[in-house]
Amino acid sequence: MISSVALPWWAMVCMGAGLAAFIAMLVISIKRNHGVKRSLFASPYALWMIIFTVLPVILISYYAFTDSNGAFTLDNFKNFWDSHYEANKVIAAEAERLGVDYSQYIVRGTVNVDTLVYSLWMAFQCTVICLLLGYPAALFMADRKMKLGSTLVVLFIIPMWMNFLLRTIAWMSLLEDSGLINSFLRWLGFDSVQLMYTSGTVLLGMVYNFLPFMVFPIYTVLNKMDYRLSEAAADLGCNSWQTLYKVTMPLSIPGVISGITMVFMPSVTTFFIPRILGGSYTMMFGDLIESKFLTEGNWNAGSALSLIMMLLILVSLSILRKADPNGEGGGIA
Amino acid sequence: MMKFLKRFYLGIIMVFLYIPIVVLIVQSFNAGESRAKWEGFSLRWYGELLRDERILNALYITVSIAVLAMIISTVLGTLAAIGIHAMKKRPQALMMTMTNLPNTMPDIVTGISLMLLFLFTQVDRGYVTMLLAHITFDTPYVILSVLPKLKQMNRHTYEAALDLGATPMYALFHVIIPQCKQGIITGAMLAFTLSLDDFTISYFTTSPLVQNLSTLIYSATRTGIDPTLNALSALMFIALLVLLLIVNRRTAEDSAH
Amino acid sequence: MAVEKEHLIDLRGVSKEYDGVQVLDNINLYIRKKEFMTLLGPSGCGKTTTLRIIGGFETPTSGQVLFDGQDIAYLPPYKRRVNTVFQKYALFPHLNVHDNIAFGLKLKKVPKSEIDRKVDYMLDLVNLRGYGKRHVDALSGGQQQRVAIARSLVNEPEVLLLDEPLGALDLKLRKEMQLELKSMQQRLGITFLYVTHDQEEALTMSDTIVVMRDGRIQQIGDPKSIYDEPKNAFVADFIGESNILRGTMVRDELVEVGGFTFPCVDFGFGENAPVDVVIRPEDIMLVGEDVGQMVGTIRSVLFKGVHYEMMIDAGPITLKVHSTTMQPQGSRVGINIVPFNIHIMKPMQEAK
Repeated sequence: MISSVALPWWAMVCMGAGLAAFIAMLVISIKRNHGVKRSLFASPYALWMIIFTVLPVILISYYAFTDSNGAFTLDNFKNFWDSHYEANKVIAAEAERLGVDYSQYIVRGTVNVDTLVYSLWMAFQCTVICLLLGYPAALFMADRKMKLGSTLVVLFIIPMWMNFLLRTIAWMSLLEDSGLINSFLRWLGFDSVQLMYTSGTVLLGMVYNFLPFMVFPIYTVLNKMDYRLSEAAADLGCNSWQTLYKVTMPLSIPGVISGITMVFMPSVTTFFIPRILGGSYTMMFGDLIESKFLTEGNWNAGSALSLIMMLLILVSLSILRKADPNGEGGGIA
Repeated sequence: MMKFLKRFYLGIIMVFLYIPIVVLIVQSFNAGESRAKWEGFSLRWYGELLRDERILNALYITVSIAVLAMIISTVLGTLAAIGIHAMKKRPQALMMTMTNLPNTMPDIVTGISLMLLFLFTQVDRGYVTMLLAHITFDTPYVILSVLPKLKQMNRHTYEAALDLGATPMYALFHVIIPQCKQGIITGAMLAFTLSLDDFTISYFTTSPLVQNLSTLIYSATRTGIDPTLNALSALMFIALLVLLLIVNRRTAEDSAH
Repeated sequence: MAVEKEHLIDLRGVSKEYDGVQVLDNINLYIRKKEFMTLLGPSGCGKTTTLRIIGGFETPTSGQVLFDGQDIAYLPPYKRRVNTVFQKYALFPHLNVHDNIAFGLKLKKVPKSEIDRKVDYMLDLVNLRGYGKRHVDALSGGQQQRVAIARSLVNEPEVLLLDEPLGALDLKLRKEMQLELKSMQQRLGITFLYVTHDQEEALTMSDTIVVMRDGRIQQIGDPKSIYDEPKNAFVADFIGESNILRGTMVRDELVEVGGFTFPCVDFGFGENAPVDVVIRPEDIMLVGEDVGQMVGTIRSVLFKGVHYEMMIDAGPITLKVHSTTMQPQGSRVGINIVPFNIHIMKPMQEAK
C-alpha cells in the first residue's frame, strides 16, 4: 500500500544539501553556545515549510504564467476574463487568412468570471446567514445565567467528528425526491417539492458545515468579555437592548471578523458541497479549479485560477485584518 | 420567558446540526438499502462492514495517517514553536507569516499546489505523499496552540533551570515542555481531528489506489453510498464520543485534586 | 597580591552592547567574600545586566569576569557556582514546593534521602515547614519569594544573586523580608549581590552600595558614606532627598546661591566656578526671622508622619525642608545651614 518513492536525482541532492546544512548549523551552534541555540529548533519546520508550502506556491505561480510548453505567457489570465480567448484567437487568425471581418464571429461570454461572481455571491449569502444564526447562538451560550456554555461548545464540535462528506450526503436522504421530507409531504397529500440540486440546497449545505466556525470565535470573545462592562452599561442607564447594541456588539467585533473569515474562505472554495447537493446545476469556483486540473488536465489555466483565488482571499483578509488589527478574534484553538 | 426563548433557539440550532447525524445512524440500522424507506431494524451493515476489505483498508489508512501525522506534526510543531519563540523579531515575523500561510490558503489551493509539487518532482502519489500533506497542514495548528503557552510562561524559569545546574537540553525537557503541555495536547488533538476529517487535501495528494475514508466516500457518491459506510461512521462517532467522555472524566478528576 | 585574594568576583572593564546601544560602559568592580553588595540605580542603568553577566545569562561585549581569579565570562550558567533569585521568582509552575527546591540537587545526583533532608532544612530556614507538597501557584507572593530563595540557597552557592527579589511584595512584607534576608546572609556567610532601585532597601541591607547610571558606576561605598558624601548631584538626588541648586564658588570655602553667600568646607573648584550645591532637607534649620542666614516664606506644608515637609521660597530659590516642628503656611522664617552640611559638586552633566 505504501507507494514507491521515486525521486529524481536532483531532488535527492537538494534534500541532502538541506540536511547537511542543517546539521552543520547545529554543530556550529553547539560549539559556540555550549548548547543548541533554541531558535534553531524551528529549522526542521522552516525547511519543511519551504519544501511543502513555499515551493508549491512558487510552482503554482510558475504554471500560471507559462503555457504548456513552459514559455512565459499571460494567456492564462486573459483566458480567465474571456473564457473564449483561445477560440477567438483561432477565429481571428482564420478570419485574417480569409480576409474577412472577424468581429462578427467573436464568441462572447465569460464562464470563469460568472462562476467567480456566483461563488462570491453564494459565499456572501452563506456568511450572512451564518452570522445571523450564529451571533444569537453565541450570545446565548455566553450568557452567564445559562451555565451551559462549555457543554454547548462541545455539542457544536461533536458533529464535526462525523465525516463531513457523509453528513452532507445525509442531507440528500432528507431532501431528495424520494427523501424523508418529500415522503412526508406526499403522506400528507401534497405534491412533492424539488429540493435537491438548487442553489438553496447548496447554501443549506454550506451553512450547515460552516456554522460552527462562526459561533466559536464570537463565543470565545463574548465569553472572555468582562461581564462587569454590561453591568456598568446598565448602571449608566442602558436597557438590555441598548447594552447589547452599544457595548456587547462593538466589543465582539474581533470575534465576528474572525468568524467571517473562517466561514467566507472555505465557502468560496468548497467544491464538494455543490457537487453533492447542487449536482450539475451549480458550478462554484472550487469546482472549476478542480475540473481544470483533473478533468481538462490544463494545469496552466488551473494554476491561474488558483492564483486569482488566493489573491482574492489575501485581499479580503487584509481588509478584514484592518478591522481587527490585534487579531484578538482568536479561532477554535 | 426570555430564558425559555434563548434555550428554544439554541435547541433549534442543535436540531439542525444533529439531524443528519441521526439520519445517518438510523440508516445504518436499516435492513434495506434504500436511503428513504425503513425496512426494519438490522445489524446487516455492521456485519458487512467487517467483511468489506475496501472500507477496512480505508479506515486503516485514515487512522494510521491521522496518528502518524499527529505524532510527527506535534514533534515538529512543538520544536518549531520553541524555536520561533526564541527568535528575534524579524525572523520571528517571517516564520509566523509562513505559519499563517496555510491557514489563509484555501484547502483546494493547498491540495493542488502539493499535487503539483509531487507531479513536478515525479514522486508517485500515495500513502507517503498523503502523509506528507497531512503533516504540512497539521503542523501550523500545533504551533499556534503551543506558542501562546510559551508566551504566557515566565521566561526566567528557563534561566532559573540553567542557574540551578540544568543543561539547556535538560531545561527544555523538564521545564519548558512540561509548562506548555496543555498547548501541546490541544495541538495534537486538533491535528488528529483535522487529519481524520480531511477530504480536499487528501483528494489531491493521493492516488485512486490509496484511499482514505473521505476519498472513498467521495468516489462512492458516483456509484451510490453504501450503508456500510454509515455503519462505520456511526461506530467511529460513538468511539470518539466515548473517548471524549473518558478524557472529560479524567480532567475533571485531575482538577478536583 | 594579598588583597586580591579576598576578591571573590572581579569585573574588569566589562562593557555590553545591545544592537549598538551601550548598556554597560567599562564596569570595574570587585566583590569580597561574605559581603552584601547592592547594585542601585534607576531602571535602565545596567544593574540587572551586570547581575545577568555574573549569572551567565549574558556575555559581555568586552572585559573580564573573574571568579576566584578565573575568567568565567563565557562559562554557561549551569557550570557556575552562583545562583540567582529572579525577579518574580520564576518558580516552576509544574512542580510543587519540594520539587522546586530539590531541582538543583536532583541534577547533581544527590541521593534522595539527602535531598529530603536538605529540602526540609531549607523549608525550616525560610519558615515554610510543612509546605513541601503545596503547589507553587497556591502560595502567596511572600511565600513564593521564600521558596525561590530556598531553591537557590539549597545548592550552597558561593554567591547568591538577587534581582529585585522584593519588588512584587507590599511595603510591610518588604520590610520584614529585608531584615530576614540580611540575617540569613549573616548566618550562612554567603556573598549576596543584590539589585534594586529602592534606595532605602539598599541603605538598610548593604555592606557596600554601587550606584549606577546609564551603564556607568557613579559611586561605590558603604551606605553611610554614600548618603553623607555623595560624589555627584545624581547620587545625592537618588539617595535620599536633596535640594540641588545651581551656584557659584566665590572662592575656597565660600559659595553663592541665589544671591546669598554661605560658608562651606569645600575647596579646590577655582574662583567663580559654576557648581551644583546639594543640601539635604533635614540639614536645613529653621530659626527666627532675624537670626537666619537668609529669610523665606513657607509656601506649603505636608505632614509626612515623622516630620513635616515644607517648601520655602527664599528669593529666587525654593528649598525643601524637613522638620519635626511645623511652621504655618505663609509665615516668614529664617534659614540656617551649617557649612559642613553644604555639599559642593562639579555641575552634573546633562544625561545624553
